[in-house]
Amino acid sequence: MNAKTQYYDDSVKGFIIWSLIWGTIAVVVGILISLQLAWPQLNVAPYLTYGRLRPIHTNAGIFGWGIGSFIAMFFYITQRLTKTPLWSPKLARVTLWIFNVAIASAAVTLAMGINRTKEYAELEWPLAIIVAIIWVLFSINVFMTILKRKEEQMYISLWYIMAALVGVTVLYVVNNLGVPLHLFKSYSAFAGTNDANVQWWYGHNAVAMVLTVPPLAIFYYFLPKITGNPIYSHRMGIIAFWSLIFMYLWTGAHHLLWTPIPDWIQTVAMAFSIMLIAPSWGAVMNGYLTMNGQWEKMKSNYLVKFMICGITFYGLQTLQGPMQAIRSFSAFIHYTDWVPGHVHMGTMGWVSMVLFGAIYYVTTTLSGAEIYSVKMANTHFWLVLVGQLIYSITMWIAGVQQGSMLLATNPDGTLHYSFMETMIAIFPYYKIRAVSGFVYLAGLALFIYNIYKTFQKGEESKTAKA
Amino acid sequence: MLEKNPVIFIILAFVVIMVGTSITMIAPFKWINGPGDMIAEVKPYTPLQQEGRDLYMREGCNNCHSQTVRTLASDVERYGYGGTYSKSGEFVYDRPHLWGSRRTGPDLAHIGLKYPDPKGAWHRKHMENPQSVVPASNMPSYAFLNVPLDTTYSERKMKLLKFPYTQADLNDLKGKSEMDAIIAYMRKLGTDIPVKKADAAATQVLPTASNPFKDVEAIEKDAKSLFSQHCASCHGEKREGTLGPALKGSAKSDADLFKIISQGIEANGMPSFNTSLDEQKIWKIVTLIKLDTK
Repeated sequence: MNAKTQYYDDSVKGFIIWSLIWGTIAVVVGILISLQLAWPQLNVAPYLTYGRLRPIHTNAGIFGWGIGSFIAMFFYITQRLTKTPLWSPKLARVTLWIFNVAIASAAVTLAMGINRTKEYAELEWPLAIIVAIIWVLFSINVFMTILKRKEEQMYISLWYIMAALVGVTVLYVVNNLGVPLHLFKSYSAFAGTNDANVQWWYGHNAVAMVLTVPPLAIFYYFLPKITGNPIYSHRMGIIAFWSLIFMYLWTGAHHLLWTPIPDWIQTVAMAFSIMLIAPSWGAVMNGYLTMNGQWEKMKSNYLVKFMICGITFYGLQTLQGPMQAIRSFSAFIHYTDWVPGHVHMGTMGWVSMVLFGAIYYVTTTLSGAEIYSVKMANTHFWLVLVGQLIYSITMWIAGVQQGSMLLATNPDGTLHYSFMETMIAIFPYYKIRAVSGFVYLAGLALFIYNIYKTFQKGEESKTAKA
Repeated sequence: MLEKNPVIFIILAFVVIMVGTSITMIAPFKWINGPGDMIAEVKPYTPLQQEGRDLYMREGCNNCHSQTVRTLASDVERYGYGGTYSKSGEFVYDRPHLWGSRRTGPDLAHIGLKYPDPKGAWHRKHMENPQSVVPASNMPSYAFLNVPLDTTYSERKMKLLKFPYTQADLNDLKGKSEMDAIIAYMRKLGTDIPVKKADAAATQVLPTASNPFKDVEAIEKDAKSLFSQHCASCHGEKREGTLGPALKGSAKSDADLFKIISQGIEANGMPSFNTSLDEQKIWKIVTLIKLDTK
């Protein structure tokens, strides 16, 4: 296939396979904890209780599925955009090994209750150090490949990739600073309100640097590949890029509206959150306008469906997010199920949709075979789309309903509903949400089977030729 | 140049990221937790309370319970328990913070004010079997915390966190269970700052008239359901008394009963219900209790 440059893709394949395994675990654990919220007797003490399982769900999703597949895609894209083989295939193999050991240890230690409790930074210090090492090893590999590149121009995807390398390193290291008590326990370096401010600076920018910038790099690379048309405007992509990475870092405190965080930080966070609509929609419009004159591909090309649906959810996500960052709206929906509804539109909709499309494309390239079943890929598309919509929509309704009940007061100023009354009202939605998880899982299963069969088909045709 | 030089690009990207970071994350260290934030009454955790806090973290309680009463009237009313909204100074000893992001369960920042009982009988029953106290609750059972507390690192924790402690504090850990520790932690939350009587009175429901429900039959079903939801966990479904006293044969007047339900009796561990029950509901329960005496 690659007569001119020999690319190194074993680790791309390795990371894809393992990210699919961790992604499946994230979804399965997600379903289990969604069932536990409806039926508490499903908690199995002490290891399989909701409090211990929920960090496993988020960590397997963000680190296992998200970062795992981003590493695969960054290795793949960087080599092609630089026309240069990966700097060190050996280092890539080692990275995959450490990655898997780290994610498996994360699951085990979290189930044991070894948990720093800071969201998306729950892993205790020895594991946090290993995660940082993985990221640095991977960053060096990608960056060295870029330095040694044969193609002088750096396409926009490489910008996003490099920004993610720097951004994630800074965020992860700072938020994990702490003082160890012993091997399995440490205390945060920061206290109280400071700790909260650092945590949500990290928490929200993990969304930026892990769940926005890498999928955008992937989107900008694969949409032109899939459609055969260049991206609509390189300049718009660059303006959106700089404003995105500039503005995001100001917005963490919108997770902490009405709390003891100084008011001016909250207000600044609110303002920058609204401003973020512009760069976010810069990327969305770039995607849409690239499709100009070829929208019929939404019907005929399954990959376009994943990409365009993904970027559409990104657009919706980046309108809903700023809305939630406004004080009055936050007062209404914060701490309710609206927020998981929002988050899952981003993860199950935007990030995963783009990754599904990219993984299909890369699988056909690496295996040298056509996709095993287009029909199955289309079914996969509809299952994950419907599963995700049921999830988010039921949670938005539940959030609005519970939010209204929690705020309702009597004429004399007392509260109209007890807390339990507001909970009882949303239990039916929890049951519907659990169903949506099964629908999504069914889609994921079809996807994995399709990928497996495509690789198998590739192997068969190779042996047949030999 | 930028699109051709990755080293300069990466330095520039770092600088751009650091602008917002410096202003909204690094600079506030100058003010937050400084003298302006400190509240003299707020004390560090005792060894037992800190052990309880570490268990709270181990079990991931923060995944369902927040710990910040926002400055919203409804938050103060629901989770203030007679106190007010959360202030920065209340958290200066929290490493890490446990503010949480989702209220699948209620906020716990001031939970210590809700159940004044020094023995923590309600908490114990609730932790062991949440549904025995709150029938529709979706909280898991934490009966497995009834095991001896591991105190190996208790003293080292105090030293590391620079919290003052005495030998008596350490002796206090002897024979304690994990359950005792987590209850000690919950009983501390929100109790350092004394609740001003004026604040407490402002949030209290005081009867404006006498009991409006003379026709008991009309409200009996309603009242029984309220009783079952709010009172039965401590007073028994048939009002026979379990954690709290039996309510059959109460000789107290309607007004006295109203006052007890609304304001609680701190010394006996009876919580106040003025935040979870409005005036009408309290009167219905009063009527039901009186009905038993007939």
